[in-house]
Amino acid sequence: MALMTEANWEPKVLAFCCNWCSYSGADLVGLNRMKYPENVRIVRVPCSARVNPQFIIRAFQRGADGVLVAGCHPGDCHYSTGNYYTRRRFLVMKRLLEFIGIESQRFQARWISGAEAVKFRDTVTKLCEDIKALGPQRKLRDQK
Amino acid sequence: MRRIGVFICHCGSNIAATVDCAKVAEAARGFPGVVYSADYKYMCSEPGQEFIKAAIAQEDLNAIVVASCTPRMHELTFRKTLANGGLNPYLFEMANLREQCSWVHTDKEKATVKAIDLVKMAAAKANKNEELTSSTMPVHKKALVIGAGIAGMQAALDIADAGHQVVLVEREPTIGGKMPMLDKTFPTMDCSACISTPKMVEVAQHPNIELLAYAEVTEVKGFIGSFTVQIRQKAKYVDHDKCTGCGLCETKCPSKVPNEYDLGLGQRACIYKPFAQAVPNKPVIDPLHCRKLVDNKCGLCAKVCPTGAVNYQDAERLFTDTFGAIVMATGYDLYPWEEIYGEYGYGRFPDVITGLQFERMVNASGPTGGKLKRPSDGQEPKSVVFIKCVGSREPAKAKGYCSRACCMYTAKHAHQVLDKIPDAAVYVFYMDVRAAGKAYDEFYEATLKDGAVYLRGRVSKIYQEGSKLIVKGEDSLLGRPVQVTADLVVLATAMIPSQGSRELAQTVGFLPDLDGWYQEAHPKLRPVETPTAGVFLAGACQGPKDIPDTVAQAGAAAAKVCGLLSKSQLETNPMTARSNPAICSGCGLCVAVCPYKAIQLISLADRDRYGKRINRTVADVNHGLCQGCGACTVTCRSGAIDLQGFKNNQILEEVDALWR
Ligand SMILES: Cc1cc2nc3c(=O)[nH]c(=O)nc-3n(C[C@H](O)[C@H](O)[C@H](O)COP(=O)(O)OP(=O)(O)OC[C@H]3O[C@@H](n4cnc5c(N)ncnc54)[C@H](O)[C@@H]3O)c2cc1C
Repeated sequence: MALMTEANWEPKVLAFCCNWCSYSGADLVGLNRMKYPENVRIVRVPCSARVNPQFIIRAFQRGADGVLVAGCHPGDCHYSTGNYYTRRRFLVMKRLLEFIGIESQRFQARWISGAEAVKFRDTVTKLCEDIKALGPQRKLRDQK
Repeated sequence: MRRIGVFICHCGSNIAATVDCAKVAEAARGFPGVVYSADYKYMCSEPGQEFIKAAIAQEDLNAIVVASCTPRMHELTFRKTLANGGLNPYLFEMANLREQCSWVHTDKEKATVKAIDLVKMAAAKANKNEELTSSTMPVHKKALVIGAGIAGMQAALDIADAGHQVVLVEREPTIGGKMPMLDKTFPTMDCSACISTPKMVEVAQHPNIELLAYAEVTEVKGFIGSFTVQIRQKAKYVDHDKCTGCGLCETKCPSKVPNEYDLGLGQRACIYKPFAQAVPNKPVIDPLHCRKLVDNKCGLCAKVCPTGAVNYQDAERLFTDTFGAIVMATGYDLYPWEEIYGEYGYGRFPDVITGLQFERMVNASGPTGGKLKRPSDGQEPKSVVFIKCVGSREPAKAKGYCSRACCMYTAKHAHQVLDKIPDAAVYVFYMDVRAAGKAYDEFYEATLKDGAVYLRGRVSKIYQEGSKLIVKGEDSLLGRPVQVTADLVVLATAMIPSQGSRELAQTVGFLPDLDGWYQEAHPKLRPVETPTAGVFLAGACQGPKDIPDTVAQAGAAAAKVCGLLSKSQLETNPMTARSNPAICSGCGLCVAVCPYKAIQLISLADRDRYGKRINRTVADVNHGLCQGCGACTVTCRSGAIDLQGFKNNQILEEVDALWR
């Protein structure tokens, strides 16, 4: 695929959403006909604990400008404890990404319940805005 | 090679108004593995599904992508379509073009670009999808109910009446729980024993119920359909087959200790039934206080027993049984207020009692024969103060939650004092009056009419002055301090999960909530199920509740159990974790993260690279227990565990596809 020029560049943000909370939160945004930027693509996973840090690295390598991992609130995990692992894993992951020079806004882990349509919309909207301000992610991208 | 068919749904104008469906269908034809694509007005409709089935046959498709609404809506519908069309239902993938594209965007051009991406991702995953088959497991048509309060008894009776076998385990020497301890029950003021003891007898006599009183569950293995449970029958020191329950031993026993059933207000013998209508109506010996068992003296009960039922050599027994379902009904205990309420005297003032002690006192079969008496001097109290929310709604000090039954039982108690002692003065300190239930508010209003004085505010101090108690508090409606001289103070103490319930949850294999109550699988939609399949909840173990709610929940849990036991086989979800023993290093990290105890380390006979026989430790996933969360897959250092349906390569394909 031809690389976009700076002028017509639109960020691509990948969001890993757990099936039980955040994915249904995202569905509720639609049900309520709220709007958010077109830059977000959602990958459905059973639980945020299913998201391997490797997936995030791969997304950045392929060209993602931002990545969101969203799961149930701590204490509300459908599988009781999954999001506690997510929380610990991605705390470390975030530091690692910052260490290798990925701006901290580009990677977010958030708790969004199935009822929090507004929170989903606001989170992705803010994420897209932040990333637009930062420009394309080139650090890990295969095609520079 | 996959031959993928892609079907784009218009959903009337829901999708088609914002996404150019024909264009998406056309773009899809260029994706790897896609050999056919089409768009259609309503994919989920009967003709829509027929259309897919026809295409499967005509185009020889072996994987399907439907781009329509959320998979949470129609994934199951289309999986069935695939099955009807002769394909494995898991060779299916969905792209969410409605909730996550057309409904949230307005710019048709941009939405169409995004829709193409979403379909591209779904097609990439479909390319890697595999046939999955569910297996079946047998269902043991027998239920275990733990705890025999009104919740456990009701659940056991409902399951047994439906024709299933039930084992009911109660750790106390009698069943019944708190309900038969109560005198009258709000809001109808019917006698609690009159409605609960017949249930106890019904339980004991039911042909489908095996009652194990004075027993505990010590170990649970297995999963929905077949839980193998170890039960410990405590030593009773009385052979209940020989005992006739005549009660002679109780009257002759020379050692007396405070009776737990009367919360210390009365005494019992060391060979005892907790109360007169106990079920089983036969005594046990208290091994901590019986003189014979403690220092081999006395032995009177054995001498007087006409049937020779007393057996000082009795020992506990362990046995195992297999069950298809488990109902948790372990109820509640009351907050140990003496430990933290220094301002109420740390339990040092004998005339400061709890609501449950009050129940025993007003109960005609209780230690005072139903007479209200001050524990200190046996006098009739003329001024009684009730304090609500002791330990409840006090997040800083005790518990943040509301205990739900206290507003009503305090109104009941106030009414009972005024009924029994017409010239008594009754004061109730309260924060709010929560009387939300059928005929509840009317009951509270009636108590006000009886003459109970409700004072809104907290009590800051109680102290003794002579034989009286001085209660200092605040009337926050008038905004001034109040002081009441009381003969008796009754505390409505918070309900807390019953002692040992956290350990029991661990044994059974699920986690309680932060306060220790048993967590339901979903607070609204699955209120009587735990996150562990096959384990259900009834009564106050799930959270504070009164008897009507407890009985309703017990009935609901029983209905769920009956639904499960009515099947002889269960289909398992094939989207579970699989471990590849060839590359598993046996580190056991996955074992620790699994919330369902579904992974075990097993020993595998193998050969090392020189051909020598060795035993390797590897992880083994139990597919009956695994719920498919995938937490283990991420901990696995060697990548030996993967999750069917959400494999590493499937998710990575989705990621890669976006930038292809
Ligand atoms: C002072 C007071 C007055 C009340 N008055 C009323 C009223 O008038 N009307 C009303 O509707 N509600 C009233 N309630 C509430 C009522 O007591 C409860 O709703 C009801 O008892 C709950 O029943 P349950 O079976 O869930 O729990 P419980 O009655 O607590 O029964 C639980 C049973 O499980 C057993 N158990 C616990 N752990 C284990 C274990 N590990 N293994 C085996 N067995 C175990 C216990 O021994 C017990 O027998 C009152 C409560 C109080 C405190």
